[in-house]
Amino acid sequence: MAEKVLMKGNEALAEAAIQCGCRHYFGYPITPQTEVAAYMSKRLPKEGGVFLQAESEIAAVNMVLGATSAGVRAMTSSSSPGISLKSEGVSYIGGSDLPALIINVQRGGPGLGGIQPSQSDYWQATKALGHGDFQLFVLAPSTIQEMVDFVSLAYEVGEKYRVPAMILSDGMLGQMMEPVEFPQKKDEPAAEKPWATNGHKGQRKKNIINSLYIQPEELENLIKERYERYEKIKAEEQRAEEFMMDDADVVVVAFGASSRVSRSAVMQARAEGIKAGLIRPITLWPFPDKTIEKHVDHTKQFLCVEMNMGQMVDDVRLVVSGRKPVSFFGRTGGVIPTPAEVLDEIRKLAGKEN
Amino acid sequence: MAVVFEKPKALSDVPFHYCPGCTHGIVHRLVAEVIDELGVEGNTVGVASVGCSVFAYNYFNCDMVQAAHGRAPAVATGLKRALPDNVIFTYQGDGDLAAIGMAETVHAATRGENITVIFINNAIYGMTGGQMAPTSLPGQVTQTSPYGRDVKTAGYPIRVCELLSTLSGTALAQRVTVDNVAHVREAKKAIKKGFENQINKRGYSIIEVVSTCPTNWGLSPAEAVNWLRDNMLPYYPLGVYKDVTAEGGQQ
Amino acid sequence: MANTLNILLAGFGGQGILFAGKTIAYSGLLDGKELSWLPSYGPEMRGGTCNCSVVLSDESIGSPLVTTPDVLIAMNRPSLEKFVDKVVPGGTILVDSSMIDIKVERTDVNVYYVDATKIADENNMHSCAIIILVGKMFKELGFCSKEALDGAIQKVIPPKKAAMLELNQKALEIGQNA
Repeated sequence: MAEKVLMKGNEALAEAAIQCGCRHYFGYPITPQTEVAAYMSKRLPKEGGVFLQAESEIAAVNMVLGATSAGVRAMTSSSSPGISLKSEGVSYIGGSDLPALIINVQRGGPGLGGIQPSQSDYWQATKALGHGDFQLFVLAPSTIQEMVDFVSLAYEVGEKYRVPAMILSDGMLGQMMEPVEFPQKKDEPAAEKPWATNGHKGQRKKNIINSLYIQPEELENLIKERYERYEKIKAEEQRAEEFMMDDADVVVVAFGASSRVSRSAVMQARAEGIKAGLIRPITLWPFPDKTIEKHVDHTKQFLCVEMNMGQMVDDVRLVVSGRKPVSFFGRTGGVIPTPAEVLDEIRKLAGKEN
Repeated sequence: MAVVFEKPKALSDVPFHYCPGCTHGIVHRLVAEVIDELGVEGNTVGVASVGCSVFAYNYFNCDMVQAAHGRAPAVATGLKRALPDNVIFTYQGDGDLAAIGMAETVHAATRGENITVIFINNAIYGMTGGQMAPTSLPGQVTQTSPYGRDVKTAGYPIRVCELLSTLSGTALAQRVTVDNVAHVREAKKAIKKGFENQINKRGYSIIEVVSTCPTNWGLSPAEAVNWLRDNMLPYYPLGVYKDVTAEGGQQ
Repeated sequence: MANTLNILLAGFGGQGILFAGKTIAYSGLLDGKELSWLPSYGPEMRGGTCNCSVVLSDESIGSPLVTTPDVLIAMNRPSLEKFVDKVVPGGTILVDSSMIDIKVERTDVNVYYVDATKIADENNMHSCAIIILVGKMFKELGFCSKEALDGAIQKVIPPKKAAMLELNQKALEIGQNA
């Protein structure tokens, strides 16, 4: 076992990326993700890597597109307003079937919004991070350990299916410290990237990285092929954690930072004799509908807790399809809900209002 | 029978889609000839931009990446940082390079990003059907300057080589054209120097080619060449604006 | 929850709030506990109010944001006024009485007044007032083992600043005797 160290989420994530072989980081300063860039700027030159502070988020994500086209593990990170700027490049990465790692340390929006933690980019990350028919593989860590563990998962899944991957973190996880353990380095075989544009050396046909297809039928066929891969991801890569779900009547569904608050509330509810449980989506896309589906019949109701005005609740309602009530509780604008607030909601739903 | 003329190896067999009298074809050929002469096709990655040259990825035989509008220098930066020993070039038009991609251009140059940029300046947006470009001349009639470019409201055309020559990271900023044989030869020399600069790790090289767009200028190919000589070249003088390999460095 | 200690440290930026929080966090790490450390961040850090949540627990930690602290370390009057009513009944408040000229009116909490800033100044350890309060907290609550506390202060001070280590160790000692 490696020694546990105390690290900020942003720094732990950056270190994890380096340990996964990421040697190309392109970023632009924005709170509250700045420590990712700062950490990379300190460490990457010593690892023979490239840290480049770009002229804009737009440039940074396009540098990632260039580097990942060359076949290396590349990464960029930002916070909500910066991610909006990156959305153009992310769409091109998705449309060019490239793997890439994009980190969003969410803050309040819209516009400049605020700088406190938020989850209001759920829709953006899972439905439309840029124009066109495409998806990202989206992971929502809830601990600093997961900030570390999900980096390699994001790279592996992204490379396996040739899709961009996002770690959807938030200001709370980015700024907080927890004990964390880095996995022992494994000698991973470098993933085969026969599509990379790194010079054909006269030994293969030329490679083209491209998202432009003028013939509608050609574009449609390509997108259909991409969606077959998405179906595979949906079938094989869904992840969720179940907590006290065996006999739960009131099921809280929450991800990331709000799942931690919800977990505290669920435990307090249990202490009061309320049969509460928690489903914590780990992959936000693909949404873990199988886990939700498993519990629809034997529970009484669902409560979505989010740090926004109600975004993931749509996906929960799609799975539940009216068979059980699905309600929502959220705080937004950078306000972190308290366990007491969530507990109140659980009590109300359990008919045990104080 | 002796072969006196043939297609460069670095050009593919795909027929160009360019209009009659457009100079893209000549410049493509010059780039391909230089790649052949330097023997770097297998080591080269080109970046196509958005504009008329968007399909450049079909025309060159080296590996190609197609970039978003204006972002070719950023994509090329990512490629070059991942592949420092490969040859990376971008091929951009005036809207792409000097409007939407000006930030990427200026910053790639000031970083001394070790890439080669081929810049086609024909004073108009060709692909979208002839709108005013950042390099459209004062008074020039386009689809979006139907009364002629009014500098009071639309400002002045940008002289890109002059601008980039002020940056320390720029190794070569040279303006050429391809309106006659001598100029074509000069253009090829400049492009070759741009690639050699990269191989010798000298930094950012830009070769601006003052070009024609007969279709959107509303002229015949022959008239377009004359219009280029009479109107473009006085505003965009040919010459070397910065060359770190020259004595004294600058013109 | 059982065996969970929610600690809130609050004061001005520059009083070592985050540093003291880190010291407590490291003591938890060395004791093999679950823990979280969450700073307030943003513009208010520059000379404005600053606070830091630390949770030590035997089980995995839910919310790392301490809204109802078991322990409050207050380094200035606005912080005490802001958080005094949030402390759980039976909780503990440590007050730097050289910075705060009011008393806690609640009777359902344990309050310790220490002239931390004054003592620190007298001992030429100007930035260590809050560490004196951490020492006092250790004496009153024994929130970690002695070895963990000693180890923690060594962990949080980088080797480059070895001179600071001695001062902070002394501050902890003063706190434990206060």
